[in-house]
Amino acid sequence: MTAAALLLLADGRFPAGAHAHSGGAEEAVRAGRITGPETLAAFCRGRLHTAGLTAAALAAAACAGAVPPGALDAAADARTPSPALRATARRLGRQLLRAARATWPAPELDAVARDHPGGLHQPVVLGLAARAAGLAPRDAALAAAYESVGGPTTATVRLLGLDPFDATAVTARLAGDLDRVADLATAAADDAAARGTDALPAASAPLLDIAAEAHAARPVRLFAS
Amino acid sequence: MNGGARVSAHARVTAAPGGALPVLRGEGALALRRTRGEPGRAQVTVVGAMSVPLTGDSLRLTAVVEPGAALSVTSAAATLALPGQGAREPATYDTELTVGEGGELRWLPEPVISVRGSALRMTTRVTLAATARLVLREQQVLGRAGEEPGSLTTRLVVAHGGRALLDQELACGPGAPGWDGGAVIGGHRAVGQLLVVDPALAEKPAEPLALGATAVLTPLVGPAALVTAVAPDALALRGLLDRGAAALGVV
Repeated sequence: MTAAALLLLADGRFPAGAHAHSGGAEEAVRAGRITGPETLAAFCRGRLHTAGLTAAALAAAACAGAVPPGALDAAADARTPSPALRATARRLGRQLLRAARATWPAPELDAVARDHPGGLHQPVVLGLAARAAGLAPRDAALAAAYESVGGPTTATVRLLGLDPFDATAVTARLAGDLDRVADLATAAADDAAARGTDALPAASAPLLDIAAEAHAARPVRLFAS
Repeated sequence: MNGGARVSAHARVTAAPGGALPVLRGEGALALRRTRGEPGRAQVTVVGAMSVPLTGDSLRLTAVVEPGAALSVTSAAATLALPGQGAREPATYDTELTVGEGGELRWLPEPVISVRGSALRMTTRVTLAATARLVLREQQVLGRAGEEPGSLTTRLVVAHGGRALLDQELACGPGAPGWDGGAVIGGHRAVGQLLVVDPALAEKPAEPLALGATAVLTPLVGPAALVTAVAPDALALRGLLDRGAAALGVV
């Protein structure tokens, strides 16, 4: 059952609102930093090993349950200097929590909704949802890592009219990287259980932060972020 | 055979109220000089062509600003990260900064230049009391002109009033997957941050502000604002960070 739960959680059709976000790809296309399969691959590899790794470790730590969700959310704030990205992460966190409570009812998820009415960063909720679904921390990390490249890839098909086969091949070629990032994130989450959130990776991507603010200020855009 | 001749140095400075420097101790590659500052404020310059970490070296710099004291720290020249012969471990450069209640630290070193074949891991840990003020600038240049960079990882961890305020790590060069892609650096060769922490920003938070297409000023969660910038070279980067400083009134 748990393998199926991971497929469900990582599925882009899971009703948690992720389809409305491009993971920074829309602004990168607009700035000419993504122009085709090669530059999409470089963008996704960089995003995976920065924002993706940081998100994956937060998700793994939330799933492991040793660090309280509020402390993980504060760690996510310190790792997210862009207010636009903090707002996006909380919005997606609220939508995911709603979907997860309906899908895998659990008192723990009810408590999170009650204790954090403003919402938690999405990777933290992803980890809690994975826990409620009976998944392991590495599953949560892998789902977060996959999402960090799946969003931009799918969005680029719409933004550039990229061949969907080419876009999917980009994700497929990152399979080894996804596994490595999930391993690193899971090990860091183990560390955080003993040493606190300081042990979590803080890998950052300057252009994602810079572009997120520009994107949020645009009156016309296809994706919310 | 130079692989065995690794440098390890720890320099320390402590600033007390009134511009006093009860501790000012350089060591080996890290020499510290008291330089002319404003009245009531101590100013220290990290000097010398010696501030060159080779792969395998380990440098530490510790600065303490006592409650109510003010300290400015600059460096005389850019720090070059150079390859070390036979060294397998990256050089480390660890900076620990502590600012007490009502204290103020301006930490404004010159850029670090990552030379091809070098490996450097820089870690800056800042601990601020609730009423401390900080202006901190970091600049990294990825390779000398027309040269690919070495491997450079920088982490900046800032705690304010006992809670995490900012935690950012950036890895560039060989061994950092995707660093030059459109999500991270996107072909630029200079990257930097300017962090301003001031209790006044709790009352009146900074508004997000685009500083051109490759730099942005953003409010953090706490009394602080961060300028994040990438640029083709060191000069353009400095220009972007200076615009951010002007917008925050910390020039």
